[in-house]
Amino acid sequence: MKKVMMGNHAVSYGAALCRVQVIAAYPITPQTQIVEKLSEMCGSGFLKSNFIKVESEHSALAAVMGASAAGARAFTATSAQGLALMHEIIHWVAGARLPIVMVNVNRAMAPPWSVWTDQNDSLSQRDTGWMQIYCESNQEVIDTVILAYKIAEKVQMPCMVILDAFVLSHTSEIVDIPKQRNVDLYLPPYKPKMKLDINNPKAFGALVTPEYYMEFRYKMQKAMDKAIDVAASAHADFAKTFGRRYDVIEEYMTKDAETVIVTSGTITSTARVVIDELREKGEKIGLLKMRFFRPFPKEAVIKALTGKKKVIVLDRNISFGHHGIFFQEIKSVMYGKKDAPEISGVILGLGGRDVTPDVIKDAISEGKRNRTEDIVWIGVKK
Amino acid sequence: MFELRIHGRGGQGAVVASKILANAMFLEGKYVQSFPMFGVERRGAPVQAFLRADDKPIRIRCQVYTPNHIIVLDPTLINVVDVTKGLKKSGWIIINSSHDASDFKFKGYKVATIDANKIAVSLGLGSKTAPIVNTAILGAFSKITGLISIESILKSVSEEVPIKVQLNKQAVQEAYDQVRQ
Repeated sequence: MKKVMMGNHAVSYGAALCRVQVIAAYPITPQTQIVEKLSEMCGSGFLKSNFIKVESEHSALAAVMGASAAGARAFTATSAQGLALMHEIIHWVAGARLPIVMVNVNRAMAPPWSVWTDQNDSLSQRDTGWMQIYCESNQEVIDTVILAYKIAEKVQMPCMVILDAFVLSHTSEIVDIPKQRNVDLYLPPYKPKMKLDINNPKAFGALVTPEYYMEFRYKMQKAMDKAIDVAASAHADFAKTFGRRYDVIEEYMTKDAETVIVTSGTITSTARVVIDELREKGEKIGLLKMRFFRPFPKEAVIKALTGKKKVIVLDRNISFGHHGIFFQEIKSVMYGKKDAPEISGVILGLGGRDVTPDVIKDAISEGKRNRTEDIVWIGVKK
Repeated sequence: MFELRIHGRGGQGAVVASKILANAMFLEGKYVQSFPMFGVERRGAPVQAFLRADDKPIRIRCQVYTPNHIIVLDPTLINVVDVTKGLKKSGWIIINSSHDASDFKFKGYKVATIDANKIAVSLGLGSKTAPIVNTAILGAFSKITGLISIESILKSVSEEVPIKVQLNKQAVQEAYDQVRQ
């Protein structure tokens, strides 16, 4: 059924369709209408789930961690400072191999206070062991929540689904809500091999000596490697069941492109318009959309960018003292490859600065001029 | 692509108006996108809401800078905000006001007025001091621009408005009948 809905509600419907059994949330800014809608769904009986109100984001993730350890499909959502406050438990969930799905609405970190979008909140959680998927439309948001559980439960790793504040979260557009029957077929109930069970008591999270710690980490890395293959089959099954095809990356007009821009989140959507316009003028330019950030889809990226003349990475984030985070990741996988392109990076749209087609055109012309070691900020008042 | 900007004050229902209109256009087979001005809203402060509609999927995701038409829910905003900023030539300015359209002078633009406050108050939508005028103004929009049928607006109100559905539909109809240009 098609319905006009905002990104926040697309998340809520996605979680409800997955029949999440436990939801915990701290319902104060920077929280969004995601959990407000879910609490209404629980209140009306539409969704049979335990909604736990807690006193902080740290507790929210701790509560869903407990629920997941006890074998429940668990969900939470947050944003910016809320995500930062969860940081300890974010590590804990990944180390405990709990397939929790958490939605993060990308908002800039304070200070100065901001409620607007950029990616520094989620990218600050890069090394925690969570998968990260960035979305560009509300349809992709609802579909990705479902996909996230499918992949997470298969590889026993948590997954963060990410959408831009306001540009998706508060924007209403047409969403084709998947049929419950199809979601049930695609995503059967969660049945972990091991769980907290009063009838079969076990202890979790005990001290591990140096003799074994590395093995736990090695297994997490192996699970992340496996997640790329699992994602491929989850995406293929999804296309078969729901008729919409996704992949870890998406190439747009890259086939004969000499220049390729790399984008993530909603900048991708607006950039498509720019690519079409430049193509009409005869420019050989294309776009690489990064949907997965962790695990990093390195084989797909190498395949897409090898042989191109110039690659320009657009980052709505900054690693202070270095440069854009997607830029550094793209460079690292292309390093030393035969026929690697020249790669440059631009910083734009921080703290919700509007990214219009003109801003993207500026980013492209600046990026073309610049060398790999330059850091270019688009539209910044100096 | 069609773009609309709605100027209002927090609490008047500008954002809900953009959502009702987006849903109405969706019911007529359009692709739509509606959103508030990205930011924080306070009751009484100037707010904006936006709408895009097209026959093909909408990929552009930045704010609206050059709307085809605008709606002004509170005429006192005209002295505070540059309401015609970026408005395309010969666009409509639809104002909630008891005055005649000819009382407003906007060079190069067409003006229509509707006393949506009066309609809302008479139907008990909102309070006397803070009437909710978002449904009435859409009746005026339908009549003046012809971009959307009143039937689709009425159907969308039924789907999107949680309370006083019949009274809100009546407000749409009355504004449709009474709008002046």
